[in-house]
Amino acid sequence: MTKTACTSITIQLNGKPIDLEPGLSLADVIRRHRLDPQKAAVEHNLNIVPRSQLEYTQVADGDRIELVEFVGGG
Amino acid sequence: MFSEDEIERYARHLMLKEIGGEGQQRLKQATVTLVGLGGLGGTAGQYLAAAGVGRLRLVDPDTVSLSNLQRQVPYETADLNAPKPKVLARRLHALNPNVAIEHHERAFEANDLRGVDLALDGTDSFPARFAINQACVEAGVTLVSGALGPWSGQVGAFAPHVGAYQPCYACFVPSEPPEAEACAVHGVVGALAGVVACQMALEAIKLITGAGTPLLGRLWIYDALKAEGRTLNMAKDPACPVCAGAAAEKNTIAPLPH
Repeated sequence: MTKTACTSITIQLNGKPIDLEPGLSLADVIRRHRLDPQKAAVEHNLNIVPRSQLEYTQVADGDRIELVEFVGGG
Repeated sequence: MFSEDEIERYARHLMLKEIGGEGQQRLKQATVTLVGLGGLGGTAGQYLAAAGVGRLRLVDPDTVSLSNLQRQVPYETADLNAPKPKVLARRLHALNPNVAIEHHERAFEANDLRGVDLALDGTDSFPARFAINQACVEAGVTLVSGALGPWSGQVGAFAPHVGAYQPCYACFVPSEPPEAEACAVHGVVGALAGVVACQMALEAIKLITGAGTPLLGRLWIYDALKAEGRTLNMAKDPACPVCAGAAAEKNTIAPLPH
């Protein structure tokens, strides 16, 4: 038997799988991938996470994160 | 009470179990403000007038221009340079003379929400959207917001006055996105305006009649190039400068839905 430590998680970011170390927040993931939360809402497993909560929302294995670009035409 | 003409006009609503006579009466008693009478507000206005909403208040400072006509189908070539609220009021009256229509040829003012049950925002700038949201939160008026990108659309309904967890528009869009430009800069495919405008009108009808599950606290997004839509949950931002801590007692108007 080998011991397996959970050293990485896999999430979907804008439809693409990426590997990350555990313990990151949504804000960490966004910063690391140089995405701009000023231009888009952050969708986390079909929930839009308010901007002030990105630092406090943890990312877990299997999560789906999408950036939903703000539009304002009429 | 409905006249014989009204019973015939609204027959296809009256036979729906989700609307029926009671829902149609609610539509007749409702007052709705439409802000931004372009590709969204103009077309949504046509469906709300057709549906028998009792009173519509139309607000827009713009006149009809030639480049509007690719998507703003309530207007005609002969309407060029005429004020949109005035033209739309005439068109909606011709469609359904039972509807009382007010038109205001100017930018939105908080007063435009006086006595209304619902506001529809189809404006084309973020500062206007923020002003309308702020006024809706302060007046306790439910807001149906629709927006167009070049090939995408978004519709949400916001009513922080109906529940502690309900977000406002600023919980979703907290500040003006950088490089935000109107349709005039990015372009927009014309028929998309109809899709989004009709979704707005439909949500307004659901909110007024109480039919089904409204989009309150949810965002419908549509990707026209992929022909894919989905609905996301929105959360109230506890740090929202507009609605966090907004007093429920500000609401002087019966909240929707019923």
